[in-house]
Amino acid sequence: MNRHLTPNLILGAILVALVVGVAGLSLIWTPHDHALMNIRERFGAPSDVHWLGTDQLGRDIVSQLMVAARNSMTVALIAVLMGGSIGVALGLLASALGGWFEDLIMRVADIGFAFPALLFAIMLSAVFGPSLWVAVLAIAFINIPVFARVTRGAANVIWTRDYVAAARAAGQGRFAISRDHILPNVAAPVIVQATIEFAIAILAEAALSYLGLGAQPPSPSWGRMLSEAQTLMFMAPQLAIYPGLCIMAAVLGFSLLGDALRDLTDPRLTRSRQA
Amino acid sequence: MIALSDVSVGFDGARALRDVTLSVARGERLGIVGESGSGKSMLGLAMMGMVPDAARIAGEIVLDGTAMSGAPERVWRRARARKVAMIFQEPMAALNPLQRLGETVMEPLLVHQGLGRSAARARTLELFDEVGIPDPEARLRQYPHEISGGQRQRVLIALSLTCDPALLIADEPTTALDAHVALRIIELLVRLADKRRMALVFISHDLAAVARATERIAVMYGGEIVEGGPTPAVLAAPRHPYTRGLLGARPGIGGQTPGRDADGRRKRLPTIPGSVPPLSLLPAGCRFAGRCAVELSHCAAVRPEPYRLPDGRFAACHLLGAGT
Amino acid sequence: MSAILDVRAVSRRYSLPRRSLLRSGPVLTAVDRVSFTLERGRTLGIVGESGSGKSTLARMIMAFEAPDEGEVRFDGRTLHTLPAGELRLLRRSFQMVFQDPWGSLDPRRTVAWSIAEPLRATGADQVGRRVDEALDQVGLRAEDGRKYPHEFSGGQRQRIAIARAIVTRPALLVADEAVSALDVSVQAQILNLLMDLQEELGLAMVFISHDLPVVACLADHVLVMRAGRPVEAGATAGLIAAPRDDYTKSLLAAGGLMP
Ligand SMILES: Nc1ncnc2c1ncn2[C@@H]1O[C@H](COP(=O)(O)OP(=O)(O)OP(=O)(O)O)[C@@H](O)[C@H]1O
Ligand SMILES: Nc1ncnc2c1ncn2[C@@H]1O[C@H](COP(=O)(O)OP(=O)(O)O)[C@@H](O)[C@H]1O
Ligand code: SF4
Ligand SMILES: [Mg+2]
Ligand SMILES: [Mg+2]
Repeated sequence: MNRHLTPNLILGAILVALVVGVAGLSLIWTPHDHALMNIRERFGAPSDVHWLGTDQLGRDIVSQLMVAARNSMTVALIAVLMGGSIGVALGLLASALGGWFEDLIMRVADIGFAFPALLFAIMLSAVFGPSLWVAVLAIAFINIPVFARVTRGAANVIWTRDYVAAARAAGQGRFAISRDHILPNVAAPVIVQATIEFAIAILAEAALSYLGLGAQPPSPSWGRMLSEAQTLMFMAPQLAIYPGLCIMAAVLGFSLLGDALRDLTDPRLTRSRQA
Repeated sequence: MIALSDVSVGFDGARALRDVTLSVARGERLGIVGESGSGKSMLGLAMMGMVPDAARIAGEIVLDGTAMSGAPERVWRRARARKVAMIFQEPMAALNPLQRLGETVMEPLLVHQGLGRSAARARTLELFDEVGIPDPEARLRQYPHEISGGQRQRVLIALSLTCDPALLIADEPTTALDAHVALRIIELLVRLADKRRMALVFISHDLAAVARATERIAVMYGGEIVEGGPTPAVLAAPRHPYTRGLLGARPGIGGQTPGRDADGRRKRLPTIPGSVPPLSLLPAGCRFAGRCAVELSHCAAVRPEPYRLPDGRFAACHLLGAGT
Repeated sequence: MSAILDVRAVSRRYSLPRRSLLRSGPVLTAVDRVSFTLERGRTLGIVGESGSGKSTLARMIMAFEAPDEGEVRFDGRTLHTLPAGELRLLRRSFQMVFQDPWGSLDPRRTVAWSIAEPLRATGADQVGRRVDEALDQVGLRAEDGRKYPHEFSGGQRQRIAIARAIVTRPALLVADEAVSALDVSVQAQILNLLMDLQEELGLAMVFISHDLPVVACLADHVLVMRAGRPVEAGATAGLIAAPRDDYTKSLLAAGGLMP
């Protein structure tokens, strides 16, 4: 049993649990109101009241980090789920139908792949005004071709397997085969991709917020905290370091968890061999 | 050329080879047969000094007069660069798909033999010619996927000849090929062994292939050699129940005629019941106990000694000791 | 007796990838005007070296691919002109066993799930009972159904693949190199199993192999193929005793013990 508890899994799970837990907790409790300013307590040092001190406007840093975690997780989760499900569906469809349809989807994906998220985010902000939703849509959009490609590549390999031929011999149609055989067997690479994309989404959200295209004040985000701290880099470097560490922990946690999950989802590795 | 005495290879709790003793002289061709999991590949690896790190190896290995037991990897590596070579079952997997065939074969000539580029090229052409690759010039520039399976196996043989080996170990070299092509490869290996006075160890589960390729045979089961001797004699009149079972199960050579019996039922093949148990479940006595049709009561517990027979043959079975 | 399978002058051509931008690639005729008929309950062996078109022929019989010329008639119906829905239902009557016991079972599905697939696809009832029965027929236990393919040896996997192929009680079984990847002793067990099932279920079989002695031990008739063409055909005993074609002779020699 202990064989499954690899260091990757443990560390990844702890980091992810921490980040997700904190994000969840922020829904019901934060030490202080994250938006409450107190000009007299600017740049407060860590204390019993403010565990990590206060920022340039005297807001509690811990509370801000917690709410920011929630915003980052939400954005990344929705974006990856949205982009991932559309991408996986397109990839499966392309692989199942083949021919000109596959070519068409993959060419469109190539174009989407080359299209920078930033540009898309700027276009969306121009139309709808900057908001967290702009960040979500932009990140989801760049995820579609990524997942479409990974899925289609893995699916094309599975389609050549004899067990797929056997399913055809059994009288299964293309869609049933995609659902019963292709999807479960491409799940591993897709899950790995998803965790990597989740990590990238957290970074992307930070970057978009940093540029003012994501979370809007007073709603904090790690990226926006970083961007606000930038001008104060020499006066109060800790203001940049805390959100930076949070981003790192989240990205690392999801990457490690992804690796461990890939191993776990493979029945060949989880079930012990019996004679 | 190479002599093994009482070589064992163990993994925790299980032994993949148990007290294997054999020798091959220069120019001699030895066949190793047995079902999958019988330890054939492990024996090949032991002769190359390439048993997995997790394994413990015991016993004596003498290679070309040098005792190799306990020799460090460095010594083995030098032996592999100069004296022994190995070819494998799946020729595609053993070739770099992104490298031209010429480059692949020239590499060891440049690195180990210290030849210059043009000399290495000339040598490669000679080797291609020797292993019967048509139009060698053109092949130099081709990639592995552009040639057939049989041609790939020839390239691998050419590659193994770059070190001018005195011992060539071929692990299932014909298993991935169809009968027709396999015959040609066997002819080539036999010719090379004769011409170069090279010792050949030919590993296969295919009795027909071993019959053609070798002069002596060792039949393996459960990590042991259960029967050995001159190939024609052993195959004509096997003495060990396992060898008999193997021969009988092979259509077309067990002496049975296919077709239907008197009531119109198709004739069944004689089989060995059950399947090879995992290493850890093998009986301590005769490894074949439990599947043997003529098993004696003490077989599973008491290990049969190799029983010597005329003509340099031997078989490890209690029935022979009992004077049958 | 009526023929269950009637293959009439089928050909299949593939165009190979183009070598230059301007010219289209060369055309390879993988199967070239092959004909045969197979009676119910009988076995046709197809032998030939690698690339001779055996698997391509099998794929056309299984209606995975349509022939470019000729037709495959199963039980009097031309397969490649059947409407898709009808073909899917008819599939329960002809099934296939593949060469690679490691690749022909979905690693993520239990054995029982895989065996039940042809039943589900054609909407059969009593799935559980019929899966257990099929497992029993191939010499496995009902409990084995709950395991995953990697828990079995190559020979056992091939038994599972056979169970999946017979669970719909087909009239025809196509076996493409079904024993080639197995050890001699396991091979003999599987060949015997196929003979048992054939007698029990009245199966007709197309048994494909590059190994003539193996084919000879269960085929009534043999068709020898080379480069897509049939080179020799006839009743097994006669063909083995007096092969006319040189190629057949060399295939026969390759399987024998003596040089
Ligand atoms: N989809 C395809 N596209 C192009 N060529 C193909 C395709 N399928 C088969 N071929 C070619 O058709 C010929 C016959 O192939 P086939 O797989 O039927 O041979 P086979 O007799 O089954 O050989 P083996 O014993 O290796 O399985 C070969 O030359 C092969 O390369
Ligand atoms: N690295 C390993 N760890 C544990 N057991 C092994 C290892 N490699 C091989 N074995 C076992 O050793 C036995 C002999 O294997 P092998 O020499 O590959 O057989 P063959 O070549 O005859 O098929 C098998 O039971 C195999 O499972
Ligand atoms: S020693 Fe016993 S079990 Fe082993 S082969 Fe001989 S008779 Fe059979
Ligand atoms: Mg081996
Ligand atoms: Mg084939």
